[in-house]
Amino acid sequence: MILNEGDAKKLVLAPAGINLLQGEICATATQAAAAVQRLGRCVIKAQVPAGKRGKAGGIKLVATAAEAEKVAADILAMRIGDYAVQGLLVEQCAAIAKEYYAAVLHAPVERATLILFSAEGGMDIEELAATKPEAIRRFIVRTPDDFSIEDAKSMLTGLDVDIAGISDLLVKLYQRYRQTDAELVEINPLALLEDGRLVALDCKFILDDAATYRQTELAAAAASEEPTMLEAKGASQGLKFIELPGNVGILANGAGLTMTTMDVVQHLGGTPANFMEIGGDAYTKGEAALALVLANPNVKSLVVNFCGAFARTDVMAKGVADAWKVLKPDVPVFFSVHGTGEDEAVALIEEQFGVTPFDFMEDAVQAAIAVTK
Amino acid sequence: MNDFPIIRRTDRVLVQGMTGGQGTFWTEKMIECGTKVIGGVNPKRAGTTHLGLPIYGSVAEAVKSEQVDVTLMFIPPTLAKDAALDAITSGVRGIVILTEHIPSHDVLEIFAAAAKHGTKIVGPNTAGLVTPGAGFVGIMPGHNSNIFKPGRTGVISRSGSLGTLICLNLTRAGFGQSSFIGIGGDPMIGTTTKDALVALDHDQNTDAVVMVGEIGGGMEEEAARYAAIMKKPIVAFIAGRAAPPGKRMGHAGAITAGDAGSYAGKRKALEDAGVIVVDTPRDIATALAHATKRKSAYNTA
Repeated sequence: MILNEGDAKKLVLAPAGINLLQGEICATATQAAAAVQRLGRCVIKAQVPAGKRGKAGGIKLVATAAEAEKVAADILAMRIGDYAVQGLLVEQCAAIAKEYYAAVLHAPVERATLILFSAEGGMDIEELAATKPEAIRRFIVRTPDDFSIEDAKSMLTGLDVDIAGISDLLVKLYQRYRQTDAELVEINPLALLEDGRLVALDCKFILDDAATYRQTELAAAAASEEPTMLEAKGASQGLKFIELPGNVGILANGAGLTMTTMDVVQHLGGTPANFMEIGGDAYTKGEAALALVLANPNVKSLVVNFCGAFARTDVMAKGVADAWKVLKPDVPVFFSVHGTGEDEAVALIEEQFGVTPFDFMEDAVQAAIAVTK
Repeated sequence: MNDFPIIRRTDRVLVQGMTGGQGTFWTEKMIECGTKVIGGVNPKRAGTTHLGLPIYGSVAEAVKSEQVDVTLMFIPPTLAKDAALDAITSGVRGIVILTEHIPSHDVLEIFAAAAKHGTKIVGPNTAGLVTPGAGFVGIMPGHNSNIFKPGRTGVISRSGSLGTLICLNLTRAGFGQSSFIGIGGDPMIGTTTKDALVALDHDQNTDAVVMVGEIGGGMEEEAARYAAIMKKPIVAFIAGRAAPPGKRMGHAGAITAGDAGSYAGKRKALEDAGVIVVDTPRDIATALAHATKRKSAYNTA
């Protein structure tokens, strides 16, 4: 889950005493105008879980309340990336001397935590990593909660920055990353103001989805996703469903096998209509899953590709057969079924659908594509 | 003895959470398959027996009376950290964590403790390990001889279902398996693709390796650097080529952002390392037949 900038600043950075500019989170243009009335010259920033807000016109400088009202209304009406703007952050302007970069994030390959700092902040970190990797300082924390001021100082050695001040900030940022079950906390830019204060001008925060049960305040503040109606319906039933622009519907078990089915559809010249995973504990939800896949009006044929390890193919096949009786879809279906419960599943499919599953999934996919042409 | 993550017939396995529905079902399958299960753990049923095996209150208690080489965890996410730390501090050398959705900061603590005690972890979110003919540890159809047959091809897979399909295809094409290593679908896992590759490279029963990867993360790229120095032939399939960028495809690990973790990047890294990358699962056996012939011709020349 991603938090919008204003919420991340308020809930993640502020409690650690990391400096922020004076600001207010606003929902309407009227509120934004009132905030500018109080704060004076401000930056109005679109609150949306997408990057490149500035380039998209979602960050604007305003001097007066009247100007703020107009600009705020414009920004609130925008879409940035895949999202409608969800609110505004109105922050007082400040004179910036230098822009840095600081982040704490998971390092999956190292199975540890990575601390990053660069004295050249403001730009995209991937871009900096590609063009000037030596400008990024790194520190790996292998034992949780074992990142000290001395460690921070060691990673900053030789840089022409306020080493004590930035070390203190990095340690605080690491502590918040631990306390908030973050996958990423990033401050870019981290600004050195002309008055000497170190201030977080922006903040990106990603909450570990698996930890929402113990981070209820952060989870409640998470930025809204924009699922399609069918995706939202899937999520409410505990099913991971993603709509795609193609016409071959896919029902498979396990993320790996489902992605592979999509890949094979594409490789053989077809277009997948969805990702739909009913692996893990969701394998008993075959009926609900099929209803979702078939609710997409673009679906012209359906591939059912089961390979049971943990998931029992007989249970999944029964779910499909039961749903078929209720939905009575007018869509040809092509099966490939192997693994746990295979004999029972094949017998059921032969009885209910009058077809024998294909031996190879590639052949089932080929047949499903053929009828869409 | 210490071949974990490759399972051996002599490995003594303790099942944490054996008395639950899934624990019971899969423990029976493992025993049927020849796995040496020596007992289970359930703090509420310590001192009783289940499936004719003793139930202990903790791993620490079990190791007082039994030698335990490997534990298998059927434990819900909120309790997984404590269960793993119990096994780690008891000196168990290998832990298979099936649990999905363990908070990642708990996983970091598990890995740090494992590194300190010299414990190897497979998972989280793995389907387990199979050595056809010797046994299996996890939730794989290791007892199904249409799918798993003893042989000399090692298989590495993030996914249980796709891994099963690929072993089935291999078995039908006459390639039995020396060992199946399910590494798990999470972004952060104890045994990486590269770790599994190293294990199979050192395994005397393995002549060739099939690597089943997925988009997202940097694990295939890391494995490619090791693959470049390996003599055993490697055939790879990477799932997720058709996945739209920025969308999480079920496995938390399978997400691409920009070029990081992309299909194209992984394929190039592997091909540059001499790995044969195929387009569909069916092509794996064909590619393997070519690769093993070519390598053996090369080795004897």
